[in-house]
Amino acid sequence: MPVQDFEKIFQEKIDNEVKIEPKDWMPDAYRKTNLRQISQHAHSEIVGMLPEGNWIGRAPSLKRKAILLAKVQDEAGHGLYLYSAAETLGMSREEMINDLHSGKAKYSSIFNYPTLTWADIGAIGWLVDGAAIMNQVMLTRTSYGPYARAMVRICKEESFHQRQGFESLLVLSRGTKEQKEMCQDAINRWWWPALMMFGPKDAESTNSDQSMKWKIKRKTNDELRQNFVDMIAEQIKTLGMKLPDDKLKWNEERRHYDFGEINWNEFWQVVKGNGPCNKQRLDARRKAWENGEWVREAAAAHARKRAERQKDKAA
Amino acid sequence: MSALIDYTLHLADNTLILGQRNAEWCGHGPVLEQDIAITNISLDLIGQARSFYQYAAELKADGSTEDSLAYLRTEREFKNCLLVEQPNGDWAQTMLRQFLFSCYQFFLYQQLQHHTNTRLAAIAEKSLKEVRYHLRWSSEWIIRLGDGTGESHSRMLTAIDELWRYTGELFIPVTYETETGIDITSLKEAWLNNIKIVFDEATLPVPENVFMQTGGKTGVHTEHLGFILTELQYVQRAYPGSEW
Repeated sequence: MPVQDFEKIFQEKIDNEVKIEPKDWMPDAYRKTNLRQISQHAHSEIVGMLPEGNWIGRAPSLKRKAILLAKVQDEAGHGLYLYSAAETLGMSREEMINDLHSGKAKYSSIFNYPTLTWADIGAIGWLVDGAAIMNQVMLTRTSYGPYARAMVRICKEESFHQRQGFESLLVLSRGTKEQKEMCQDAINRWWWPALMMFGPKDAESTNSDQSMKWKIKRKTNDELRQNFVDMIAEQIKTLGMKLPDDKLKWNEERRHYDFGEINWNEFWQVVKGNGPCNKQRLDARRKAWENGEWVREAAAAHARKRAERQKDKAA
Repeated sequence: MSALIDYTLHLADNTLILGQRNAEWCGHGPVLEQDIAITNISLDLIGQARSFYQYAAELKADGSTEDSLAYLRTEREFKNCLLVEQPNGDWAQTMLRQFLFSCYQFFLYQQLQHHTNTRLAAIAEKSLKEVRYHLRWSSEWIIRLGDGTGESHSRMLTAIDELWRYTGELFIPVTYETETGIDITSLKEAWLNNIKIVFDEATLPVPENVFMQTGGKTGVHTEHLGFILTELQYVQRAYPGSEW
């Protein structure tokens, strides 16, 4: 069968909402795009453990400590499912990790911002997980089967994290003067980076058109960003806090909130590696991997010894 | 009553401090699956600590809460044993600390679950399921590292040299243990037998004639504890009287 026919069958499946599975024929570019996106998503979960992990030791109550530990652990679990989903496209977890460490693979830029106070943990849960959910809910219907199924599990946990983050900020917003200031300060610092999580504007997004056609994505960056702004602009009223945007205003005609312009220079600088913590995040991941090398080697060596002994016994 | 409170705090402090230490690994483990496992153990230990602190707060009946007991006591008031406050070091040292302590907890909780104090007995019974898993998991790591590569074996030897001196204290009773009717001396033989079996499989020696450090259970700690509490208690100390 000529390649054109394969492509036709493939696109028909997509058009008819049939999931693409690992053993199905798929265009190289579809494989590559999914592999890039899923591995990037996995890396984001793993790197994302670092800014939040930064506050586990200092969590202000035992309950908050337990919640935060469980949350960061969930993220490690999400990383595992996503690496497994990406492996079905033909790359090993170790290769993906090497690409992360060499700087070849990217992860979400949001994790290149520092967590400076306890309120940042609440703000990450509410804003960062909130933005991630917008994207992830869409991805539960993405065309690649293993990715869509991983997303279903992940979304359940993420929406729980978002509620926990919001609840943590709610306590601060009703607390002492210092706590209220801490809460507002965290929102001020995380708001714009959270909006940047949806990526470049549609007009400048290089991967969007083909991804929409292949139903890897089902909404554009700008649509998702708008949905997020609409949601948060309402939720913040409960907190009695303000979003740091003078242009934020309900537009009756559009039935959406209008909002100000993202600092795209900052966006591209962080993508290029010049965010406040790009270096620290990658250094921490590389260090963990390098320090773990002798452990992984020992585990492999022991497993080999054990297998040989079993063989000897059997013989 | 005061002995019971002190003993309950001792149990709580042991689990909190080890949980706090293990949590330092979160996001930095040698491989993702083990990062999850050590974090899980940390969560279990903090859960146990909360149960003990909540009970101690009830016994004190002076407005204490689980958080005031964890966050507002000083280094001289903490009653954890020295072993749990030792630094993580490398993966070998963390695994050995976990194994030595889980093995101790395993035999201790077995005794405690039959204690006449039904609250302590219930917490011990519930926690025993977790401890059984911690013990199995850490035993497997001791064997893997001891009988792995030359490097891992040598790192295990270093860890033993580092930590063994803190194991004696586990079995030397202090007043609050005796007065609560806990016989920890009797646990030593079973503990040592279990250690020997695992060390044997791991091709590791059980040290003999090591001088044992003591003091943690009565509030005389190594210099590490002060730094652990500095981190643990920072927010509560910086913003007194706030809800979180």
